[in-house]
Amino acid sequence: MAHRWKNTLTRADVTPLSAYMNRRQIMAGAMGLGLIGAAGMARSQEAELEPNSWEDITQYNNFYEFGTGKSDPARNAHTLTTEPWTVVIDGLVDNPGDYSMDQIMEAMTIEERIYRFRCVEAWSMVIPWNGFELADLLNLAGVQEGAKYVAFETALRPDEMPGVRFPTLDWPYVEGLRLDEAMHPLTMMATGIYGKTIPNQNGAPIRLVVPWKYGFKSIKSIVRITLTEDEPPTSWNQANGREYGFYSNVNPEVDHPRWSQASERLVGGGLFAKRQPTLMFNGYEEEVASLYDGMDLRANY
Amino acid sequence: MLVDRINQVARKVPTWAVYIVYLIPVPVLLYMAQTGGLGREPINALERELGEIALQLVIIGLCISPLRRFFGVNLIKFRRTAGVLAFTYVALHMLVWAVLDVQSIDRVVADIIKRPYITIGMAAFILMVPLALTSNNRSVRWLGAVWRRLHLLTYPVAILSGVHFVWLSKGFQLEPLVYLTVILALLALRVPTLVRKVAA
Repeated sequence: MAHRWKNTLTRADVTPLSAYMNRRQIMAGAMGLGLIGAAGMARSQEAELEPNSWEDITQYNNFYEFGTGKSDPARNAHTLTTEPWTVVIDGLVDNPGDYSMDQIMEAMTIEERIYRFRCVEAWSMVIPWNGFELADLLNLAGVQEGAKYVAFETALRPDEMPGVRFPTLDWPYVEGLRLDEAMHPLTMMATGIYGKTIPNQNGAPIRLVVPWKYGFKSIKSIVRITLTEDEPPTSWNQANGREYGFYSNVNPEVDHPRWSQASERLVGGGLFAKRQPTLMFNGYEEEVASLYDGMDLRANY
Repeated sequence: MLVDRINQVARKVPTWAVYIVYLIPVPVLLYMAQTGGLGREPINALERELGEIALQLVIIGLCISPLRRFFGVNLIKFRRTAGVLAFTYVALHMLVWAVLDVQSIDRVVADIIKRPYITIGMAAFILMVPLALTSNNRSVRWLGAVWRRLHLLTYPVAILSGVHFVWLSKGFQLEPLVYLTVILALLALRVPTLVRKVAA
């Protein structure tokens, strides 16, 4: 079921691409004239969320299968074959099997979601994704009683991915969510950005987006989704468990052992970009905090 | 002979020319950072470029005496140039980190205390300060044998810089490990001489 979550930002906030400044000026003018009341002010804070440019989103990426440099994915990911593409859905599901991208796209309703994206490295973006809720796909497969977690796996193709020739991580890249996190209406599978097909460097043809978790949880170019009873292994946790936990919820109060998570820098601000405070659950506290009621977020980092 | 040819050329090249050539990256990088040449997030990119040049200069400095000892290539007059340039780039690297990246004195101090990879980076910089201050002929004459011993600090500086780079990387990455390995290998070449000196 699409459209369960209502964005406070609309399509009009995204397009036209070149009109950011104009819109800002109109907002400032409107506020000056007192046209926006108290309620409007609250919303205008959210409207301050200008989506990053297409260039920011598609040229500054972490996708280590294509290299560890930020511009490596944009340079190298063109070699990834995304058609045809099949996602295996297996484990504790009623309808296990190969789901072709065509099948998936036919069954799902694509909508747009403008989300904050916070990398564990303390930079962030605002991205207008196109996709559908993961819950819809899982319901299509039929989640069985007893399933508690969802495991994801990225494609592993040494011929197409220069980065996997070196063991930066234990390939293939794997990630996981608790079932309630996976079924949450904010959790989506993205197939596009700015209304265009998602570029390879951003995780084509289909990737996860979990906006209240650090970016590395949002696994790219997914080939397998497995419903499991036990907590699945996750790549960064395996590489360095002290630094990267299973949950990895954005939390300004729990630092990464090597750097502070209290603030972040929005990409695209140039050489003199100011840091901004990081928000609890990346600004989605109201929607997701209840998932972690009673949990020690410091212990479950 | 190639070695004679290199030595001949080296004798003719003035050190000020090396300074000028090696400082060209500073305005170039700043220009690139402003115009998008360093990517969508220029602050980290600039920080990293400056740090990497500094590390390369440390390595170049460490190569000079083995080059003479094993190959007879005499570039000794450029050793100070490499050291002073390395110090310059480390200082710029730290300036970009503190002013453009971290943006607050409190956080700079907190990071130095709390983040081990920053602590050792800072330690390397602090150890370089006396070396930079005594990198003139008068200090060499004045301090004599003390100067030589003081400048052995180059070795811990090199190790700390290499470890700093390895430590700040995410995952198992090749490039920082290559730098550290080269540094350790260049230091290993000196172990026999150092042992002999200590014994004597």
